[in-house]
Amino acid sequence: MDRIPILRMGEFLLVTIQVDMHDQLALTLQDDLSEQIRRHGSRGVLIDISALDIVDSFIGRMIATISALSKIMDAETVLVGMQPAVAITLVELGLTLPGVSTALNVERGMSLLRDRVRSQ
Amino acid sequence: MTALSQRTIDVIRKNEAALQASWMASLEASGLSRDARLPAGELEAQTREFIRLLVSSASVGDAAGLASNEWAETRTFLERLSRNRALQGFDSQSTASFIFSLKRPLFDLLQTEYASDPAELAGQVWASSELLDSLGMHTIRTFQKSREEVIARQQEELLELSTPVVKLWDGVLALPMIGTLDSQRTQVVMESLLQRIVETGAEIAIIDITGVPTVDTLVAQHLLKTVTAIRLMGADAIISGVRPQIAQTIVHLGLDLQGIVTKANLADALALALKRSGFTVSKAG
Repeated sequence: MDRIPILRMGEFLLVTIQVDMHDQLALTLQDDLSEQIRRHGSRGVLIDISALDIVDSFIGRMIATISALSKIMDAETVLVGMQPAVAITLVELGLTLPGVSTALNVERGMSLLRDRVRSQ
Repeated sequence: MTALSQRTIDVIRKNEAALQASWMASLEASGLSRDARLPAGELEAQTREFIRLLVSSASVGDAAGLASNEWAETRTFLERLSRNRALQGFDSQSTASFIFSLKRPLFDLLQTEYASDPAELAGQVWASSELLDSLGMHTIRTFQKSREEVIARQQEELLELSTPVVKLWDGVLALPMIGTLDSQRTQVVMESLLQRIVETGAEIAIIDITGVPTVDTLVAQHLLKTVTAIRLMGADAIISGVRPQIAQTIVHLGLDLQGIVTKANLADALALALKRSGFTVSKAG
């Protein structure tokens, strides 16, 4: 079965979505990610969606859920590399992702994540 | 459509020159022939061409109506004529009266021809009137269509002209908005701004609304959407150029700008953007 790889970088987890997300893939990612956070005691999660061209309301909600879930497990989530078309779609769908931190690219996302964790 | 009889067509053909002369006279009376926008001789060439086409089309195609192939040449001629009139800046009335002013000379001609046969005269007058009416309507339709094309093109150009995204500093973009914000414009503005954020990697985008005449609930909603999309991309948005009247309107309407940073002018917004980027500005020497 397809899985989205979750890479560990020290106390952070790195998720890069390179394929078109479908619903089952998103659910598997949610399970895997929570399991990995538990196993490694990760402090932060960085999700790179720069290769994601199409989103629907389900995927939008999944992103919000993953963020909320990580927060409960004491890991900050930063979403990076959102394409303009994706941002417009999410806004039009009314999914403004209020609690989610965002950054333009992985580099800035990482420094944001470090700042967040250090300030805790 | 009642067809013109062969006799009518023959009489028109026979009196082509006289008909054209009296048509020119009635155009003269309406003042169209003295208009400086029409080159000399063009009107005369057009009337001659139209009568020729009318005779040749009416003698082959009749009851099938204007949509048939026999009238194609006449239709093309009228379309070209009304498009030229639209581009030369004539109004629809003077364009249409070009065709309608042929009625009187033509009726006069028919009256002389059918003087002894009133019943036939009525039929032929009706037929020719109907024919000229539909030709006139076709002219107006084409005229309006070409005018609408001009307006649509101008609107499109305006849309592109009015959305420049300027780079103010390293990592700071500004978007001076001018004119009323509607859904379509906001969409174009949002897309071009977000695209520039990706290209330049800018962290702060300043939306300047000094040139936006009024802010109502819809405009505020469009602004909110743009700001949210910018935040989702990972950049920050500042709204600047909030004039006192607009601030009052926003408060009176009870609009909630949900934690959006607003500044009175672009200079303040730039100062804030520089401060956030870690720059300090000081006077040299």
